[in-house]
Amino acid sequence: MKFRIQRYDPEKDAKPHFQDYDVEMGPADRMLLDALIRIKTTDDSLSLRRSCREGVCGSDAMNINGKNGLACTTRLLDLKEPVVIKPLPGLPIIRDLIVDMTQFFAQYHSVKPYVIDDRPPPERERLQSPAEREELDGLYECILCACCTTACPSFWWNPDKFVGPAGLLQAYRFIADTRDQETAARLDNLEDPYRLFRCHTIMNCVDVCPKSLNPSLAIGKIKDLMVKRAV
Amino acid sequence: MSIAVRRFDAVIVGAGGSGMRASLELAQAGLKVAVLSKVFPTRSHTVAAQGGIGAALGNMGEDNWLWHMYDTIKGSDYLGDQDAIEFMCRMAPEVVIELEHYGMPFDRNENGTIYQRPFGGHSANFGEKPVQRSSCAADRTGHAMLHTLYQRNVMARTQFFVEWMALDLIRGSDGQVLGVTALEMETGEVVIFQAKATLFATGGGGRIYSSSTNAFINTGDGLGMAARAGIPLEDMEFWQFHPTGVAGAGVLITEGVRGEGGYLLNKNGERFMERYAPTMKDLASRDVVARAMATEIKEGRGLGEHGDHVLLKLDHLGLETIDKRLPGIREIAMKFANVDPVKEPIPVVPTVHYQMGGIPTNYHGQVVVPRDGESNAVLPGFYAAGECGCASIHGANRLGTNSLTDLLVMGKSSAMSMIAFVRAEGAAHRELPEDAAGYSLSRVSRLDSQAGGEEVHEVRGEIQRTMQLHCGVFRFPDLLAEGVAKIKAVAERAQRTGIRDKSKVFNTARIEALELDNLVETARATMISAEARKESRGAQARADFPNRDDQGWLKHSLWYRDGDRLDYKPVNLKPLSVETFVPKARVY
Repeated sequence: MKFRIQRYDPEKDAKPHFQDYDVEMGPADRMLLDALIRIKTTDDSLSLRRSCREGVCGSDAMNINGKNGLACTTRLLDLKEPVVIKPLPGLPIIRDLIVDMTQFFAQYHSVKPYVIDDRPPPERERLQSPAEREELDGLYECILCACCTTACPSFWWNPDKFVGPAGLLQAYRFIADTRDQETAARLDNLEDPYRLFRCHTIMNCVDVCPKSLNPSLAIGKIKDLMVKRAV
Repeated sequence: MSIAVRRFDAVIVGAGGSGMRASLELAQAGLKVAVLSKVFPTRSHTVAAQGGIGAALGNMGEDNWLWHMYDTIKGSDYLGDQDAIEFMCRMAPEVVIELEHYGMPFDRNENGTIYQRPFGGHSANFGEKPVQRSSCAADRTGHAMLHTLYQRNVMARTQFFVEWMALDLIRGSDGQVLGVTALEMETGEVVIFQAKATLFATGGGGRIYSSSTNAFINTGDGLGMAARAGIPLEDMEFWQFHPTGVAGAGVLITEGVRGEGGYLLNKNGERFMERYAPTMKDLASRDVVARAMATEIKEGRGLGEHGDHVLLKLDHLGLETIDKRLPGIREIAMKFANVDPVKEPIPVVPTVHYQMGGIPTNYHGQVVVPRDGESNAVLPGFYAAGECGCASIHGANRLGTNSLTDLLVMGKSSAMSMIAFVRAEGAAHRELPEDAAGYSLSRVSRLDSQAGGEEVHEVRGEIQRTMQLHCGVFRFPDLLAEGVAKIKAVAERAQRTGIRDKSKVFNTARIEALELDNLVETARATMISAEARKESRGAQARADFPNRDDQGWLKHSLWYRDGDRLDYKPVNLKPLSVETFVPKARVY
């Protein structure tokens, strides 16, 4: 099977370049990650992140034939050859397929991704009805792989100012949680020309999410809340 | 060569469930704490846990920590230390409630309380019938828990060192643990992290087997570091084979499937667990179910071209239950087994999942070693929690859900011990030994200068094949003896590996070579302890010694790296406040 992989080692290379690989797949090779690991046995300098190999840790996000996705859940059978693999777009490259995710996590942290409730906790669990809990479905499952945010043109232009789809999905995850007491402050935190409103519903985020989540819908709900409290 | 030294009150190696539960406690207490992790914290392997957290909350009907304690002791095949087990089961409700207060998105009952599902080996009234004790967030409990703990640590401003790999433990001349050396993956720089208290929360080493539910990062790093520093490893022969790994892929399918009403079938369509465990059936302990499956396969009742797996049926649960309670399983089955479990059963096979043994500790998380006739002497400054530690709560076989309970209870308990220790140590750090990083630097420089040398993946593959073939669900004397010789030989080969990539920047070939040193120690400890234990207990099932032998073997193994020496210490059969649960025959 044929692959074109973007390579870059700052110790050797002035800029990124492509390297072609033609490798014989084994009978058990099923996913793109299997192929990359097989390539790494012949060229140990190929650098990528990977861990769980089942789509829950979010390590091996990359750009695969032009679309962001996880190598470990992308079936080889579904890929057109040569398979062109690049690091996630829009973030600085450290080496090969490994990008610097500092900006991505800074945006995630900026939405205060934790339940805020200053009241002393009760003896037992705080109660939440199944319907209230269901509001968190489609939100809490995010694996922070950055496929969505790095597919978003608004993030490419303003990575320091626009929170991006992953961060905004999490912003809404805490707004939607009945246990959280900070909705007003959370909306204030997003009330500026960039943080939320740079989303132009291009919907790349929805298209690429490997967990089939819908950041665009969550962003829409935050915008609704903004409008509601303005009137 | 001068090397940077960074000083903290506490250093934690590993940012999974136990590491981040501990760091939260330490940060909230105002200590200066550093958490080192090979991966961004939410990528730690806790993320893959599915089924739930065991705690006798009693939300679904009557439950009692004493029943949980009994189930855990019986599950451990009486090798668990009863003080540690009582401690965990009593603390479990409190740490689960705390996690809810941190924001964990638990599933809920109509009355708003946390939903709990049945799980293997968990019973009401001392084995009478299954009980609903597993507190869960669909089948993504570990993911929800790990993210919640990370989020709470962000709130507490814990200092993380992300993509740093700890290399070796630093000990003072009196043996006290003074910190670790660590390599920053992005730059290749080696730094000393000096600490008054050092916690290993490095997880297990399931990657010593070729077929494993474990993530690539689970290379037994804490075990390797401890073993190289002269600290013994306890009960390493006990590895849990999870009954339901996806055949061929190894990916985990939670026991929660059976908790929600799924069951196993052989090629005749027979629900065979009814023969092996008349009361608990498919919800018997994992070792029991895994052996039953291996027996069915061995006796020709498996399915597939090679008759090498059985089926997990859950379509009768219906689309609604599957999508609500087991959505992640459906996703995994479709991606990795090409079946939609709403319509078809999933092909499954027992797959290595969890390491019951580890670095010996007491239930305070303090590392304990034999010294001057005392078998559990505290080693000052050193703590271990989670899968890399052995308190011993799980003994010879862990119950499902007790791993997450262990992470929370032992993470917190270790942190409490560390806070007291750090305060008693006072403001100043002890003096580091001369050349504290010398050993680590020599390991790294060998790889930099080695020309040629054997490929890391070849040596790793040899370890994995050897463990899989010689130390599996059923163990045979000749295979174990050969396995010992093979593992010793492969340990020699690991000293002569070479890497072609010599870059300083994010050199993952170098990381894999350094991990190999840890896999070697984990595999050696396992094979040698397993060969020596002449009985069957929990996850160790020997063909030549098919029965448990409480006279000869109701004791913990301790393996020392130097000379592959084995020592033993008694099981603590005395709980903290209740009567001893006396060993008896295990029937489910």
